[in-house]
Amino acid sequence: MIKVGVVGASGYVGGELLRLLVVHPDVELSVLTSRQNAGEYVHRIHPSLKGFIDLTFSPMEMDKIVNQCDLVFVSVPHGNALNIVKDLYSTGVKIVDLSADFRLKNAEDYVKWYGWEHPFSDLLSKSVYGIPEIHRNEIKEAKLVSCPGCMAVTSILALKPLLENKFIDTSHIIVDSKIGSSGAGANDSTGTHHAMRYGVIRPYKPSKHRHTGEIEQELSVVSGEKIKVSMSPHAVNLVRGILTTNHVFLNSPRSEIELWKAYRNSYKEEPFIRLIRDKKGLYKFPDPKFVVGSNFCDVGFDMDENTNRIVALSASDNLMKGAAGSAIQNMNLMCGFNETSGLRYTPLTPV
Amino acid sequence: MKKECKDCGAELTIPQDSMVGEIITCPDCGTDFEIVSKTEDTVEMKEAESVGEDWGQ
Repeated sequence: MIKVGVVGASGYVGGELLRLLVVHPDVELSVLTSRQNAGEYVHRIHPSLKGFIDLTFSPMEMDKIVNQCDLVFVSVPHGNALNIVKDLYSTGVKIVDLSADFRLKNAEDYVKWYGWEHPFSDLLSKSVYGIPEIHRNEIKEAKLVSCPGCMAVTSILALKPLLENKFIDTSHIIVDSKIGSSGAGANDSTGTHHAMRYGVIRPYKPSKHRHTGEIEQELSVVSGEKIKVSMSPHAVNLVRGILTTNHVFLNSPRSEIELWKAYRNSYKEEPFIRLIRDKKGLYKFPDPKFVVGSNFCDVGFDMDENTNRIVALSASDNLMKGAAGSAIQNMNLMCGFNETSGLRYTPLTPV
Repeated sequence: MKKECKDCGAELTIPQDSMVGEIITCPDCGTDFEIVSKTEDTVEMKEAESVGEDWGQ
């Protein structure tokens, strides 16, 4: 049993972390911070947790956190985690950071994708990118794990088997993502009001989305060569869920059975990856409808022999495998727990 | 008895008491196979016809 803290516990990701942690068998919640809601009971901000937790939010006090926690989740907006993670790291406490502040390995990529110079670039090499399906052994030894972006992890997992097996032309990788409103976080803007958000299919960043940098970084690790991707995300009329439709082109003809084998070989031992390509039933290809509330990333593919194209598909719950679920999976590995501890939820259907 | 799915390579389990004409469904990809002949040790199957779904007309 370890004691954990959550810095920035009042947002949507913070709430999802608490939903998982209050019933996790190996964890005791210790300190939950919220600058805006210090002193308030958690259930007033996260109503669904009423009856599960009687703690109140605390202000951000580094000494208290370090003294009372073995591991800390940092769940604050991009840019705000920099100093918190740096200070925590120097104390020796284990850290799972859910912001983007330590995801990229190359400091220059922060200028390119985020528009600011990274002030603690020496820490970037200490941080492990938190996709267990790629970095499991490094995560087990890590003091600092940086959880992936929600759309990034979802598309990376769809494309990984194709790159590992060198099946595709790496100069044309097109990532199309659709994401629900909870991906925009708990802070409002004019675009998040119901009247402006309901019913949208909003191409909110057709090019140069910041998750592109992480996808390129990790697919380069997987393939052993420098990868570039073209990414276009859309905000759609869901609360939870991501679908990524990844268009790639075969470098030589492959049979359907070869693709099946490639996907099976990549993921046969993975507890949170399900292969979905079924000719029958309700669930024929990955669809976020069937992963809500779970840590699954469902992966599948289709072939277009006419253009030599593979459509690699993946679906996840952006708050789970896309954020808090990955964070718990990483914590389990860092602490030597069963990797699936506190995460074996069947998806909520229908919802 | 075990066979390999011709479409996806998954392992198909053929029940001992299955009969010619019976449909065996792949648990992974959903392809239907019809048993066309069967002895104590062997089974021959062919892909069964099915009607697909099409939207957007």
